[in-house]
Amino acid sequence: MHIDKDLVAASATPLVLGILADGESYGYAILKRVAELSGGRMQWTDGMLYPLLHRLERLGLVSSSWATSEAGRRRKHYAITTAGKDVLVERQEQWAVVADALRHVWQDVQEGVRHGVQQGFGTGPAVAEGRA
Amino acid sequence: MAGDARLEAQIDQWRGYVRRRRAISAADVEEMEDHLRAQVDDLAATGLDDDEAFLVAVKRMGNLDDVSREFAREHSERLWKQLVLVPEPPVAAGAARWRELAVVLALAVGAGLAVKVGILAFDEEVTLMRNVGLLVLPFLAGYFAWKRRVTSRVAAAVLAPAVLLAVVINVYPFAPGGSTELLAVIHAPVVLWTLLGVVYMGGRWRSDAGRMDFVRFTGELVVYMALLALGGGVLVGLTFGIFGMVGVDLEPILEDWIMPLCVPGALVVAAWLVEAKKSVVENIAPVLTKVFTPLTIVMLLSVLPVLLGAGGLVDVDRGLLILMDAILVLVLCLLLYSISARDSLAPPGFFDVLQLVLVGAALAVDGVMLTAMLTRIAEFGASPNKVAALGLNLVLLAHLVRSGWLALRFLRGRSGFAAVERWQTRYLPAYGIWAAVVVVVFPPLFGFA
Repeated sequence: MHIDKDLVAASATPLVLGILADGESYGYAILKRVAELSGGRMQWTDGMLYPLLHRLERLGLVSSSWATSEAGRRRKHYAITTAGKDVLVERQEQWAVVADALRHVWQDVQEGVRHGVQQGFGTGPAVAEGRA
Repeated sequence: MAGDARLEAQIDQWRGYVRRRRAISAADVEEMEDHLRAQVDDLAATGLDDDEAFLVAVKRMGNLDDVSREFAREHSERLWKQLVLVPEPPVAAGAARWRELAVVLALAVGAGLAVKVGILAFDEEVTLMRNVGLLVLPFLAGYFAWKRRVTSRVAAAVLAPAVLLAVVINVYPFAPGGSTELLAVIHAPVVLWTLLGVVYMGGRWRSDAGRMDFVRFTGELVVYMALLALGGGVLVGLTFGIFGMVGVDLEPILEDWIMPLCVPGALVVAAWLVEAKKSVVENIAPVLTKVFTPLTIVMLLSVLPVLLGAGGLVDVDRGLLILMDAILVLVLCLLLYSISARDSLAPPGFFDVLQLVLVGAALAVDGVMLTAMLTRIAEFGASPNKVAALGLNLVLLAHLVRSGWLALRFLRGRSGFAAVERWQTRYLPAYGIWAAVVVVVFPPLFGFA
């Protein structure tokens, strides 16, 4: 499923911060976790994660350190900072509001559709005539 | 195992490709490479072969242009190619990072002290001037010998002529105030600079590319020296101002200590800066040639009618001849530095035509001057100065004529640009040899006058 890139961009920061809130991680593992959490339906362009991580680091929301992977490669690990945790809480509240509003809107739309359909039944013959 | 090697080669290629992006730093490449490898491993574990896994992993990494743009947005300062004097941890570790800086500073101080000792040791100023190159350049050569790990054979091949030169200029019984001595003073640094080139190239003096690198190095060094001098001048001026306020005159200290110590030191530091940043910043010398080539053409074309119209060319004096040599050297530098930065695969363009015009104009002006010079020598006989000026003019003329001819062939599509480039670097040792002749042969030839 293709997800609009603006939506991906908007959700990227809280997702990354949320994943890091679970514990220190590195780029590839973060992407795997995103895929896991979305049941494989959210695919990021892998390369884009790194500029994002660097931006979060510059803003002081995450900190980084170099370590060695089990395969002996140098690997950059990221951990969430206190400021990052604060931002995460803030974002959670914002997203909760957005999600809540969206849920209501979906409900209205669905009810509207049902209502509209009923109306449609009511004017059935006209529509049928119109179609005919 | 063969598959592994193939994968490594592919990853190497990818790394090289990503590294060319200015906005992506070496550490970022390393981070992304770790990602790529982890992805390839995971994909391989699901049954893909290495080739397929690599292709999928690279595809998922995304369009490099987009990724690079994203990095640039985050790290705009990187587009201003920061000069990193002390390599960051991923490149070198611990004490090794500071070693080069320590070596450079030690050599810079050494060069300054050598000049200071020279000033104290030599009574006459002209003796010091003869030897100043010998006092400073060994430190510069020492830096490159250390940096390039030159073999003892190369070191010996450079040291022997340098020692010979030192003996010659100090043993020859120059007549006081004679012109052969002055010529030796001017030409000895050229010989030493040629020898420095051999050290710079780590002994690969036959390599065209190596010589071109030395040409680039020389150009950038001049630019850096000018910048350091400018900065140093401001600093000294401010210090003078402050000390002047409290009635302390720094003039003697400037003359006795600051100049002798700082100028040679600045040369070593400038060489190190060029060496450290050569892969970081676009070379500035070729940029300057783009600006000055058209201006020099205008200058030469305005000089020509003045020379022809003046009529009394028999009266041209030595100063004008030397000026002419200087103009030809300038033209050659413009030529050399634009060639040094040109993509040798690019087809002939407008700038190549402009260069040919430049060479043509220079040859025309030189033709007029050469006629004048020969007339003068025929009339008044040869003097060391006139022969030196004439010789240099002929060496330059040969260089320019052949350059013009090759440029013409290139423009008409008769030969590749490589021929033009090769000629430029192959001819350069001729200048060193001519300088050596002036230093070594001229004094006895003209009775040390």
